[in-house]
Amino acid sequence: MNQTKHRPPVDYIERTKDQYSALGYPPYAWVHSDTPPPFSPLRKPLSESKCALVASGGIYAQGQVAFHFKDDLSVRLIDRDTPNTALRTTHFAYDLTASRQDPGCVFPLRTLCELERVSLIGEVSANAYTFMGGIYSSRRVREILAPAIADRLQQDEVDVAVMVPV
Amino acid sequence: MSLSSAYSITAAVNPPRAVYIDYPLGHTAGKPNDSAGQRRIMLKTLQALEASQTPGSFVDLEEVWQADDSWKDRVMRPAPKHMAEDEASHADDRVERHATPQYQSEADAQAAVDPSECSSCLWLSNEQN
Repeated sequence: MNQTKHRPPVDYIERTKDQYSALGYPPYAWVHSDTPPPFSPLRKPLSESKCALVASGGIYAQGQVAFHFKDDLSVRLIDRDTPNTALRTTHFAYDLTASRQDPGCVFPLRTLCELERVSLIGEVSANAYTFMGGIYSSRRVREILAPAIADRLQQDEVDVAVMVPV
Repeated sequence: MSLSSAYSITAAVNPPRAVYIDYPLGHTAGKPNDSAGQRRIMLKTLQALEASQTPGSFVDLEEVWQADDSWKDRVMRPAPKHMAEDEASHADDRVERHATPQYQSEADAQAAVDPSECSSCLWLSNEQN
């Protein structure tokens, strides 16, 4: 079979720069970290670990208040047993066609629960956490949103967080 | 562990552990109604988590969206003057940033609790509606 050569990843930083400049806006100051990230080694095998799912992408459950589009810093707790049919997505920055057909495209909660069922994961935590993303101020994400989610994960005594940004 | 389809943004942030999936935005965890593919992606993600020993590891899951990469041409491209209107809509696909809840459907808006009674909502600032 003729193997197709695949092209490098889409550079969203460059494309945002192009789009902003075409619109006459100054470039966006993307987060750039020069220091090594904090790191905690896994303390036990995944088959004994409690895992939580954290996702941006504007995912909410039917009955909850939806996210808004102007720097929404709020978080939704999604019960681990929520079926995909009760999950919704709302966002301004990505094509929602697939996620509205199947929320599992952006929010692999059912997949994680399936891996728990076959004992590859010890336990899926009682709540997943979702937020909007697309928040202009990275400072507010760093100082307000991220610590609030980290606090919840610690209260929930999770060993592993699987984070899925859109 | 972060599972990301935005390589340059994730590389710049440099999280403790990450894996890259070369899929279009909106499909980070897989293709719609492809539970086998979604499971494979999560298994590879968790294997990378177990294997990671160094801060800042960033592993390509080596997933392929489709045989040809033409979708990469259409992402966030500023519209050249000659571009047809339907193509131009790809380039400036921004949506107005409303500060009120944006429900997927009117039925969801009807079914939603009052924000003051949403026990599964964390309001982190005083700017909520």
